[in-house]
Amino acid sequence: MVIVENLHKDFGTLQVLRGIDLQVEKGQVVVIIGPSGSGKSTFLRCLNYLEKPTSGTVTIDGVRLGEPGTDINRVRRTVGMVFQLFNLFPHLTVLKNVTLAPRKVMGMAAEAADEQAMELLSKVGLADKCDQYPSQLSGGQKQRVAIARALAMRPKVMLFDEPTSALDPEMIGEVLGVMKALAQEGMTMIVVSHEMGFAREVADRVVLMDGGLILEDGSPAEFFGNPRHERTRAFLSRVL
Amino acid sequence: MTYSVEIVAKYFPFLAKGIEVTLVFTVIAFIVGLGLGLLVALGRVGRSPALRYPCIWYTNFIRGTPLLAQVYLIHFGLPQVLHYRPNGVVDALVALSLNAGAYIAEIWRGSIESIDRGQMEAARSLGMTYAQAMREVVLPQAFRRAIPPLGNEFIALLKESALVSVIGLEDLMMRANMMAGRSFRPFEAYFTVALIYLALTLGFARVVNHLEGRMKSGHS
Repeated sequence: MVIVENLHKDFGTLQVLRGIDLQVEKGQVVVIIGPSGSGKSTFLRCLNYLEKPTSGTVTIDGVRLGEPGTDINRVRRTVGMVFQLFNLFPHLTVLKNVTLAPRKVMGMAAEAADEQAMELLSKVGLADKCDQYPSQLSGGQKQRVAIARALAMRPKVMLFDEPTSALDPEMIGEVLGVMKALAQEGMTMIVVSHEMGFAREVADRVVLMDGGLILEDGSPAEFFGNPRHERTRAFLSRVL
Repeated sequence: MTYSVEIVAKYFPFLAKGIEVTLVFTVIAFIVGLGLGLLVALGRVGRSPALRYPCIWYTNFIRGTPLLAQVYLIHFGLPQVLHYRPNGVVDALVALSLNAGAYIAEIWRGSIESIDRGQMEAARSLGMTYAQAMREVVLPQAFRRAIPPLGNEFIALLKESALVSVIGLEDLMMRANMMAGRSFRPFEAYFTVALIYLALTLGFARVVNHLEGRMKSGHS
């Protein structure tokens, strides 16, 4: 579903990604962990070309990004993204946040878009908030709306960029709950997160990034139980 | 020091006709400036250098030169090389509109750039084009933020419009000049016209404050 080959990203002289290879199969949940500044978020943003890689290739569902014939807007419809700071549209109601892209990008009729949005909002437990504005919601509620908004494009892959890092502790659970349900439905997910519990319980694979490289890549059992690299052990001993 | 109320009363209807001209000119130049300014601002925040540099130089030129020089250039200077017949009304409107456009462009640009980058990214991540994301997500938010500075720009334009009297337009300022000449009472003429401008700007300032207040109580 997602194939990344030898991905590099420089910001000026700073090499943030230094040759990443990763393959994610359909339905897999991959959690990426690592110290801050290791390039996790940049990597995720390269997957939908919010950042343009310096070199290397990203292939999503058979479509190679950055090729002359590739319409990036078309690819992005199939790649949902959830941001650390939610990035909900503050001038639109919750319902309109969810229906905007299906209406404008897919040309979906108002009624069908509303119906789909209400379905997705019920799924994240927020159907009753449909007429409210984002400023009236708690952080956890905002992030659940953001997930519904991304799902409204019927994506094949979902990217989560530290989705719970900006949340108060008591709200983390509700967001992780929604993500877990999504994983169980078979969604392909790539999650940058510090939630070790989520990684252990939901992930098919856990990946450690450091210094712009992938150091360790394994099942949660291997990753947490018997990491191959000293660096992984050192990182885990600090966060667990 | 005397201020003859009779003189003022006699000439007030004459001056009042100038209020209309001043307001019409200000409103037209402001509306043209809003559209022009938006296009220039979009050119400046966009990625195309072929659009960006002309937009930068347009705003630099207008903001870096006196409006009086611009009015003279359009009314007296350019007709010599572009061979058009100078027309006081048209030239005054063009000069004021071009001037307003540059200042309003900076207001639009500031408010567009004040919108968090994450808004554009979220919209693009959903598959929207740059234009769709601008139109549906960034601009609606930027418009709200632009309202207070746009109100101030309208008031500034109202005052600046007095300069077009130099090319013979019968606006408020020109009529004050005429009143001073006919009545031999320049103090009454210019003090009264100043009071009229003051009443207009204070009135519009109240409207702007009201809009600002309503905006703060709204969402986002």
